Amino acid sequence: MNSFFNAVKAVAKRELNAYFNSAVAYVFIVIFLLLSGFFTFYVSNWFEAGQADLRSFFQWHPWIYIILVPAIAMRLWAEEKRLGTLEIVLTLPLKPSEVILGKFIAAWLFIGLALGLTFPMVLSVVYLGQPDLGAIASGYLGSFLMAGAFLGIGTATSAMTSNQVVSFILAVVTCLFFILAGYPPTINIISGWAPLWLIRTLENIGFISHFSSVSRGVIDLRDMLYFLSFMILGLYCNSLLLDWQRQR
Amino acid sequence: MIRVDELTKTFGSKTAVDKVSFTVKRGEVLGFLGPNGAGKSTTMRMITGFLRPTSGSISIDGLLLAEKPVEVRRRLGYLPENAPVYPDMTVEGFLAFCAEARGYRGKSKKLKIGAAIEQCFLAPVVHQRIGTLSKGYRQRVCFAQSILHDPPYLVMDEPTDGLDPNQKHEVREMIRRMSRDKAILLSTHILDEVDAVCQRALIIANGRLIADDTPEGLRRRSSSYGTITLVLGNAVTDRLKKRFEALEEVKEVQVVSQTEAEVILRLIPARREPASAARILSQLEAEQDLLSFAVDRGRLDEIFRSLTGGSNGTGRFTENDQPAGS
Ligand SMILES: Nc1ncnc2c1ncn2[C@@H]1O[C@H](COP(=O)(O)OP(=O)(O)OP(=O)(O)O)[C@@H](O)[C@H]1O
Ligand SMILES: [Mg+2]
Repeated sequence: MNSFFNAVKAVAKRELNAYFNSAVAYVFIVIFLLLSGFFTFYVSNWFEAGQADLRSFFQWHPWIYIILVPAIAMRLWAEEKRLGTLEIVLTLPLKPSEVILGKFIAAWLFIGLALGLTFPMVLSVVYLGQPDLGAIASGYLGSFLMAGAFLGIGTATSAMTSNQVVSFILAVVTCLFFILAGYPPTINIISGWAPLWLIRTLENIGFISHFSSVSRGVIDLRDMLYFLSFMILGLYCNSLLLDWQRQR
Repeated sequence: MIRVDELTKTFGSKTAVDKVSFTVKRGEVLGFLGPNGAGKSTTMRMITGFLRPTSGSISIDGLLLAEKPVEVRRRLGYLPENAPVYPDMTVEGFLAFCAEARGYRGKSKKLKIGAAIEQCFLAPVVHQRIGTLSKGYRQRVCFAQSILHDPPYLVMDEPTDGLDPNQKHEVREMIRRMSRDKAILLSTHILDEVDAVCQRALIIANGRLIADDTPEGLRRRSSSYGTITLVLGNAVTDRLKKRFEALEEVKEVQVVSQTEAEVILRLIPARREPASAARILSQLEAEQDLLSFAVDRGRLDEIFRSLTGGSNGTGRFTENDQPAGS
């Protein structure tokens, strides 16, 4: 157990260093903050809405993540393949699961850091009124878990190719599918003709319905499990893809 | 001991490695030769567990790679082809990662990194980003990674590729030094290197093993092995030729070249072995016109070409077509 933890830590540490050693980290954080500020203040008119909560802030997160999480995930495997360093990583005395988990955790922590840097938002709602802090905490938790689910998709697509751009596009398209699946406008369009079971299924497999309740402060175990199973599924696909490539 | 048994790898319909079997023992450096695309790197990638064999097995110290991959890799050091490294990391950071991934921490980690830096002459660049290093230095960084944990088994894919002559020499010295207690498998295109460091050499072509022998044994297969070249200061070729043909144990005399001043003859002994050449030379002691002589030790590049030159990879030499005496 201890050696498992140390191995995962070694991999995660290297990945985190890789983010901060290149400009990617800083660009990502700045863009994340700018986009969340822009959507919240300008698109949602947060000040005029006059509500002391962060719903209009969290509401945009799926749309920010759809671009930024694939951008963070794309290099995880594709870059190692392109450089040939995968040959070093996979011949170290590490289990594939340790490497996969280490990479995932590094990227997830990194997104978590960017998310954490939005805390001035919290300070301003506290300053402006009496917000429901529980709902805000729940929103952050939900957002973090959702980022993990996006990342599950991104690591899997990164393992498919040695081309980061291809990985990025595949991840964006896949994430878009899961956002649109449960997106109210989509549901409205199909509700006229689609059978009820299809509508329910789409709502259930989509990100939005699960995220919106968490971001309102309703922590439902099923939503948590939904995001967790997404991550596990992504990591599992990731290991299958790696394995398949070594088998070939 | 590394034991490779009937190892086969196919990529689609292409067979890159075809039923290759060999062993490498501690204290031995095994050279792995073969033309481009012969399957050397693919074989090494399977031994180190990067690629899975289509069939066949690999074991180290009796542990099967397929059953105990982590255990086996712990005992292995691997220098992949083209020395891949992370360009954004510093030399020290990269080696620290490798040490941590191998379970070293604290003081033992520092010691291991320090030793690797010293052995690979990386001290001047420890804090430099690897991406800004020259090719030779990058090669050394990757080399350092492979010996960091002082593994009993080393697999190196073209370890001296891209190094300057001094560094080539250093690396060969290091390999020779390490070979005392390690088993080393190295691939190379430099045939002199095989003579310099390897006790044994494998030649592989089109995925098939076509020779497993000592460098001396390989050179012995060369058509010129054991022939005697004589330079004589007498231009009357015919008479000389007759006289030498009459010597004991000489099968044939060929005129290599002749000018006004000198004649170069090649004596082909009936038996290709050093003792036979010595006996022929002893009969020439009284030869007044003899300016110089040389006994050919055979040439690896000739053997390499003749073994791997054919379009199907099997050259004109086969097991039962070796020159006598080998
Ligand atoms: N991933 C792969 N997919 C398909 N074919 C491959 C793959 N890797 C290697 N091959 C093929 O397998 C054969 C052996 O390649 P390998 O790299 O082992 O040769 P090599 O002996 O190392 O050559 P070189 O001296 O050029 O390094 C080649 O024909 C190569 O094209
Ligand atoms: Mg090769």
